[in-house]
Amino acid sequence: MDEKIKNRIVTSFFKTVRSFGTMLPMLFGIILLLGLFKVYVTPEMVSSVFTDRPLHDTLLGALIGSISTGNPITSYIIGGGLLDDGVSLFAVTAFILTWVTVGMVQLPAEAAMLGKRFALTRNGLSFILAIVVAVATVLTLRVIG
Amino acid sequence: MNSGGEGAGEDDKKGKNGIKNKNGSTFRYGVYFLLFIVMMYTVLFFLDISKIYRALRVSFDIFVQILPVLVMVILLMWVSGYFLKPKAVSKYLGKESGIRGWALAVSFGIVSHGSVYVWYPLLKEMRGHGMRDGLIASFLYNRAVKIPLIPVMIYYFGIAFVSVLTAYTIIASVIEGKLLEMLEH
Repeated sequence: MDEKIKNRIVTSFFKTVRSFGTMLPMLFGIILLLGLFKVYVTPEMVSSVFTDRPLHDTLLGALIGSISTGNPITSYIIGGGLLDDGVSLFAVTAFILTWVTVGMVQLPAEAAMLGKRFALTRNGLSFILAIVVAVATVLTLRVIG
Repeated sequence: MNSGGEGAGEDDKKGKNGIKNKNGSTFRYGVYFLLFIVMMYTVLFFLDISKIYRALRVSFDIFVQILPVLVMVILLMWVSGYFLKPKAVSKYLGKESGIRGWALAVSFGIVSHGSVYVWYPLLKEMRGHGMRDGLIASFLYNRAVKIPLIPVMIYYFGIAFVSVLTAYTIIASVIEGKLLEMLEH
């Protein structure tokens, strides 16, 4: 192999390791925080806070989705349970959307890697858009029957 | 031949120092954050030992789960560091990328796997090469569309709901990217 190419591969490797290494303390912190979150915040606690007011529940759904984290399947299971309990589809849609698009637990990592302003703006916009998408989805479903 | 002359050399030096400083502050911030979480664990340990053991166990499981994606991201960063040049990134994902850039961000967001925070280093690197912030936001938003999980979603919410939500999510991702860029400028 050409010596120049070899050097570039090695340089690129060490650059990657160094770049990833700077992220490691934050990554371990986030993983440990997720562990605490999963033990202290149970799905039952999430279900118990909803009422029968659609607007209030939609905002609450978006808020709880934002501070919750984990595999999206969990949000579908909780969302399915919430629907069975009579919680509005607006609230459930906002909840499952913000579960993935807004990350309060991951916010420190996002701010550290991509900038505080970017992270705050992006999460803020995702929160608002989740409510807009929830309303649009449910209204469209009502129109198409 | 150095077409950029001395000025380019100085810019390069400044750029490298800038990246080093930014990496240093990211590392420092990460260490403080980790220490804060360790302190939380220590306090909670004295309140309820069993919950802390469970939390550590859950954290370990999460780490094992994300390990393959971490390896994939490191490999992607390595490959992109070798092959992707700022000129190419700027062409496909930069200011002049146009509809192609949005289409790429949406597609990569949909097919990306694993926890979101694992992707931050790669996105940071791509941004350093010239990727637009709007496309980064669009990529992150489209992670809400999970193709492998669609059957589960259909089981709980029905095919009509999943189809409509997926379409609106993709549209919202582009709107978010555009809005973010407008707000940033």
